[in-house]
Amino acid sequence: MTEFLSLREAVQKYVKPGISLAMEGFTHLIPHAAGLEIIRQKIRHLSLIRMTTDIVYDQMIGMGCADKLMFSWGGNPGVGSLHRLRDVAEHDYPHHIEINEHAHAAMANAYVAGASNMPCAIFKGYRDTSYPEVNPNIRFIQCPFTGETLTVVPAIKPDLAIIHAQRADKQGNIWMRGIIGIQKEAILAARQSIVTVEEIVDQVDEKQGGIVIPRWVVNAVCCVPKGAFPSYTEGYYNRSNDFYVRWDEISRDRQRFLDWMDKFVLSTNDFSEFMFKLEKQGYV
Amino acid sequence: MSKTGYTSSEMMVITASRFLKNDAVVFIGIGLPSLAANLARRLHAPDISMIYESGTLDTKPDRPPLSIGDDELSRKALSIVSVPEMFCYWLQGGKIDIGFLGAAQIDRFANINTTVIGNYSHPMVRLPGAGGACEISGFCTHTLIMLRQTPRNFVKTLDFLTSVGFGKGSDSRSGLGFTGEGPQAVITDLGILEPSPDTKELIMTYLYPGVSIEKVRKSTGWPLKIAEPINITSVPNKEELMVLRTLEKMMK
Repeated sequence: MTEFLSLREAVQKYVKPGISLAMEGFTHLIPHAAGLEIIRQKIRHLSLIRMTTDIVYDQMIGMGCADKLMFSWGGNPGVGSLHRLRDVAEHDYPHHIEINEHAHAAMANAYVAGASNMPCAIFKGYRDTSYPEVNPNIRFIQCPFTGETLTVVPAIKPDLAIIHAQRADKQGNIWMRGIIGIQKEAILAARQSIVTVEEIVDQVDEKQGGIVIPRWVVNAVCCVPKGAFPSYTEGYYNRSNDFYVRWDEISRDRQRFLDWMDKFVLSTNDFSEFMFKLEKQGYV
Repeated sequence: MSKTGYTSSEMMVITASRFLKNDAVVFIGIGLPSLAANLARRLHAPDISMIYESGTLDTKPDRPPLSIGDDELSRKALSIVSVPEMFCYWLQGGKIDIGFLGAAQIDRFANINTTVIGNYSHPMVRLPGAGGACEISGFCTHTLIMLRQTPRNFVKTLDFLTSVGFGKGSDSRSGLGFTGEGPQAVITDLGILEPSPDTKELIMTYLYPGVSIEKVRKSTGWPLKIAEPINITSVPNKEELMVLRTLEKMMK
């Protein structure tokens, strides 16, 4: 049974210290509001999983939520470095994080394997690169039919997946369109899931275009308008390219970052207050 | 702007755009490659199929995007596919002609590093990592690599091998399970390097007008082989420069 909860309630109920947590959204529909709520609730010791580690994980890593990180690309898309990620990788600040690094194809295949209840994913790639030397989870097998050397990585099976989507209906079916990324696989690979949405409508189906994730794989739905900001929700609002550029300046210095997070995240009660404050201060 | 009337970045982008034919299916990253492909589409390659990693197939953006996932790309796409479909069917499946790559470091066999500078466990500089670069270099029929030519970028030994070009040279790439043929050219701010047909070592085959052989040797961290006689590219024409500058303005 899908529950309709506030984001605060959903995070309280499902995001426990020590769990593995996949938050996905490939450039589009990034669950930013959920990331900020996890920071607000000061949840620590998470094993974070995300292909394109960008601002949402920069914030969580910088605020000390993560013990581990699995990723396949980490940067500020279209802008440059991700300063909090760099600080943890280069200087162990705020503390050491165990890094499990991959390339995109490996993580995409590993999510598919997780969703398919397979122990591992088989694909081609990584051969003669440095990755197998630094990641013991990249291994090679021989195809029993052709003898070809193939690459294997363990399936991704997170304790919890969080995504953002355009709509849910009153039963909890999820509807999304535009760049759909890896979200469906993340939900199906995970043991439990939370979906934040722009709005809740009477009914969704694929005749409206887009894709539907059925309600019985969704534990909690939270209505969080603008919940992907500064990423975007197609059909609702555009990407705030300007905020991505400004993040570079906000996050570059440790104290500046902490002050900003304190002012806009820790000192606000929820995402709508956060957005209101951003608007008032000219960030939106 | 130099006394030539154009910058070295503009020369790089225009040179890369000239590699793209009208029937090409091109996998594009953000930055200079995206500009080059969008430039080609507005000049000599109006029917080029542009694919961005976020899953947008054959997209025709009115303005070059800031990121690979801009709403402009998804609104103008022929089709949008999921990440697994992109990497399994389209890339690993060998359905893309040309892939663009950038790099922080390159070696003489066009292997590249986009992962770390320094030691992996305690890096001096943590770079973004592989993203799709491993698969682009493995499975696009050809790749084009764009980076500035300096002794810091053109190194004898990579700090980390993120994506294989020609491995240790000669035929060492074959047998790695990659269906793509490897790098076709490396486009720098000084000219063009292409792999030797037999050893696969990069050879400087073109210089931009006004660039000296001494300059490219000094800008390369290994004893650079230079074609004899060396070719000189043509200067950017007025139309190329005008359209490129219009595109750049749209991004601001």
